[in-house]
Order: sequence, then structure tokens, then C-alpha cells
Amino acid sequence: MHNTGVIMRRELGSYFATPLAYVFILIFLVLANSFTFYLGGFFERGQADLAPFFNFHPWLYLFLIPALAMRLWAEERKSGSIELLLTQPVTLWEAVLGKFLAAWIFAALALALTFPIWITVNYLGSPDNGAILAGYVGSLLLAGGFLAIGSCMSALTRNQVIAFILGVVACFAFLLAGFPLVLDVFRSWAPQALVDAIASLSFLTHFESISKGVIDVRDFLYFAMLIGFFLLATVIALDVRKAE
Amino acid sequence: MIKTEHLSKRYESLTAVDDVSFEVRPGEVLGFLGPNGAGKTTTMRMLAGFISPTSGTASICGHDTETDALAAKRSLGYLPEGAPLYGEMTVKSFLEFIADLRGLSGAQRVSRLDYTIGRLQLATVLEQTIETLSKGFRRRVGLAQALMQDPPVLILDEPTDGLDPNQKHEVRALINEMSSEKIIVISTHLLEEVDAVCTRAIVIARGRIVADDTPQGLAARSRYHNAVSLQLERRQDLEAARAAIAALPLVAAVEVGERDARLTALPQAGAQILAQISELAARQNLQLKELQLESGRLDEVFRTITA
Repeated sequence: MHNTGVIMRRELGSYFATPLAYVFILIFLVLANSFTFYLGGFFERGQADLAPFFNFHPWLYLFLIPALAMRLWAEERKSGSIELLLTQPVTLWEAVLGKFLAAWIFAALALALTFPIWITVNYLGSPDNGAILAGYVGSLLLAGGFLAIGSCMSALTRNQVIAFILGVVACFAFLLAGFPLVLDVFRSWAPQALVDAIASLSFLTHFESISKGVIDVRDFLYFAMLIGFFLLATVIALDVRKAE
Repeated sequence: MIKTEHLSKRYESLTAVDDVSFEVRPGEVLGFLGPNGAGKTTTMRMLAGFISPTSGTASICGHDTETDALAAKRSLGYLPEGAPLYGEMTVKSFLEFIADLRGLSGAQRVSRLDYTIGRLQLATVLEQTIETLSKGFRRRVGLAQALMQDPPVLILDEPTDGLDPNQKHEVRALINEMSSEKIIVISTHLLEEVDAVCTRAIVIARGRIVADDTPQGLAARSRYHNAVSLQLERRQDLEAARAAIAALPLVAAVEVGERDARLTALPQAGAQILAQISELAARQNLQLKELQLESGRLDEVFRTITA
């Protein structure tokens, strides 16, 4: 655990050593707010809640989170620093977890900086702050799921652009797993049980139920297992391909 | 102690390291020699635990690099080929990061940081980011991280590659200074480096060990071992001198350098010919600019055994 913390702190520091952190946070905040006001009709709806804010998070994350995750391992492999890191007395798990947590904390920071919208909605009316908190928790879990997928894609290649594209495609597939776009691919040949299983993997359904304020243990479990699965896949991918 | 037994690494169509076994004991500085692509880096990566052997085992201070990997890595300082580092970090924060990963804390952490920074003369660049440093400084940062926890074993992959002669000299002086108490393995394709720092040399070619000897022992395999070379004052004496030396009983052959007209007399196996030749020179009144007994030419041995 000590090493995970050390690696996490180094990684987090390196975000802020380059313009990456500032550019990411700025774009995230600008887009999150524009979507809320222009596409979501925050004022026009006349309701004191943050649904128009959270509804766009999956689509915002679809491009921004793979951009954050693409460098996690691809950059280490490209520069060769992966050899330096993995010949220190650390396990692969500690390294994968440390880097993932750094990216997740960073995403949490960007999300926390949207607090003015929470203040705004409280100023304008009296919203259900419990539901807003649930929305933030759901959004954070969603970001974690996307990051775990992005981490795995980043471990598969030394090219960050490829890692980004693979990340977007994989996240998109998970996002829409419950929708005809994805399900129709399986429906024609797969048994109904498999189609149902795939449909239940959809990010969107789990995210929406949490962000409506319905806290269900199964939704938490879903994100925890998804993150665990993709971090395990990252470890395996690195173990096989780290030296190539 | 470093020990490898039948260490092999195979990729789909290529055997990078083929059945390599050796031991290195404290006080030894082992030079890994070989042409590019011979398997030096692959062997060192397996010792450092970065890649797993296909078959065979390696251990560092008794800890198997596969089954007891963390303990093996704790006993080890490793400088990867090309010394990759985190370019966006400052030297100070990078070395602190390494100290934390090596499990140093408290007063020991402070003293080891001070020692490595002082020993590699990094004090003036501590606050600079690594990507702004010159190649020589970057290599020194790489060496500083390898030395961080004062490990009993150092594995340095081409530690002087790409450095200027002064920087090479510094790195070699550092290795010599540490050699008495540590086990050091370096890889190089610079033969003068073997003479300068190594007590033992392993030559590998196509993944196999083709020679394991002291640098002197390797040089002794040369055709030029105990050869005598001389340079004449007067160019017109060259032919006569060549014929006279070739006629001496213990001389096997005489070679004439094309560019400098240097004569090199090769002895018959095991023979000493220096006395004979200097006697001949006196007798025939040859004026010598230079007369030298050769210990052997490593580059020639290297080419012969790795060809």
C-alpha cells in the first residue's frame, strides 16, 4: 500500500508539472457548463435540480476520460521509463493501482470544481441536495469505470493516439450496451440470456439510476467489479507486453 | 552473489538468450561484452526482473528473480539501457520518489539522498527538470537512482554509452571506487572499458557465452599476445629489417602496417621474442623510434570469437 501511495503521488504531481492538468480542467468545466445551460435548458426547465448537468456527463467523459487515460501506460512504454518503474521493488498491482488512483483523484478534482453550479441551483431554489450528492457519486463512479477501461487500452499499445481511439470505442460500447445499437449486433445470433447480460452491463442504466438519487448496492457493485476487472486486465496486458 | 542457471529467453522466431549460466561474487566487476543484438540487454533485464526467462533461473543474493522478485529487486540497483527517466520531474523530486520506493525513511533517507547527490555532483541541478539536463547529467541521475539504497548488487546497462571522454572517465572512476564491496555487472561494447574497470569479462554472441575470462586472459588469446611491434627511424631500412626479423627462429610472422609502416613480429606459440629483436636491432644498427611489447589486442579477440 505504501508503494501505491508513492506512485500515486508522483503521477498526480506529473499532471500538474505539464499544462495537461490545467487544459483538461478548463475544458471540462467549460463543456460541462455549456452543455447544462445550452443543451440541457437549465433555466428553461424551471426546476431546481441538476439533472441537465449530470445527464451530459457520460458524453463528456466519453472523450475527455480516454484523453486522460491514454498516457497512463503508453507514455511509460514509449519513453522506456516503464523499465525503471518496474525494476523498483514494487509489484505490478501496486503500480497499476497507483496510477489509476492518481487519474481518478484528478478526475474527482475536476468534478469538484463544478461546485458553483451546485451553489447556483441552491441560490435559485431549494433542490434535493441528497439527489445532487448521489449525482456526484454516480458521476465519479462513471469516471472511474471509464478510466479503468482507458488504463487497460493504454497498456495495450505504446502509441497514445491508438490508446485514445481504443479507449473511446471501448467506453462507447459499454456506455450503450443496453441500447439497440449494441444489442442488435448480438440479438440475431446470441441466446436471450446473453443479450440480457450484455444489456445489464450498460454504463448508462447504472449511472442514471444512481444519478436519480436511487442508491442501489448493485450499482455500486457493478462499478467496483468493472473497475477491478479492467485493472486486472491492465496488469495482465502489462505482464505480457511490457518489454515489447 | 548473482547466479544464473541455464537462463534462456526465446521469442517466437528468435532465441535472444540461450542457456546462459554464470556466477558473480562480491568484489567482481563483470563486463558483458558482445556485438549489438547479442543478448546483453535481454540477460540484464532478466537479472533485474523486468522480463521473465523462458526457462532457467536467475537469483540476486539468493533471491530468485521470479519467485522472490521483491527481495531480489531490493538488493539491486539497476540502470536500464539509455537511462530512461521521468523528464517532467525535477532531479530532487525524482530522487525522493526513488528513495520512497526503495523503502528509505527518516534519517537514513536524508543521508542516502545527500550521499548520492554529493557523489554524483547533482547539487547544482536539483531543482531543474530532468528533460532540460544534458546527457551527462541525465546519466548521472540514472546512476544516482541505482545507488539509492546502497544495494549490494549493481547492474548497469551501457553506463558510459553516449558520454564524452571526461564523463566516461568519471563513471569508470565511480565504478572502480565501489568495486571492492559490491557485485557490479556492466554491459558495454567498448573494449577499453573492460580494461579500465572489469575484473572479468563474459563475451556473448547470438545469445550464448563464447568466452568467460579475465581481461588479461582474453587478451592472451590474441595472435598479438607477446608480439613485438617497432617503428623505424629510417623508412629505407624497412625491407631489410622485415627480412631479418622474419628470419629469427622464434618469430612466426611479421606484419607491416599499411599506413604507418609499423613492423609487428608475431611469436611462435608461447615464445618470448623481445630480447632477440632488440639484440638484432643493436647488431644491425637499426635506429628505432619505438619498440613495444604487446599484451594482445582485445578488439581482434572480440572479432575472432564473436564472428
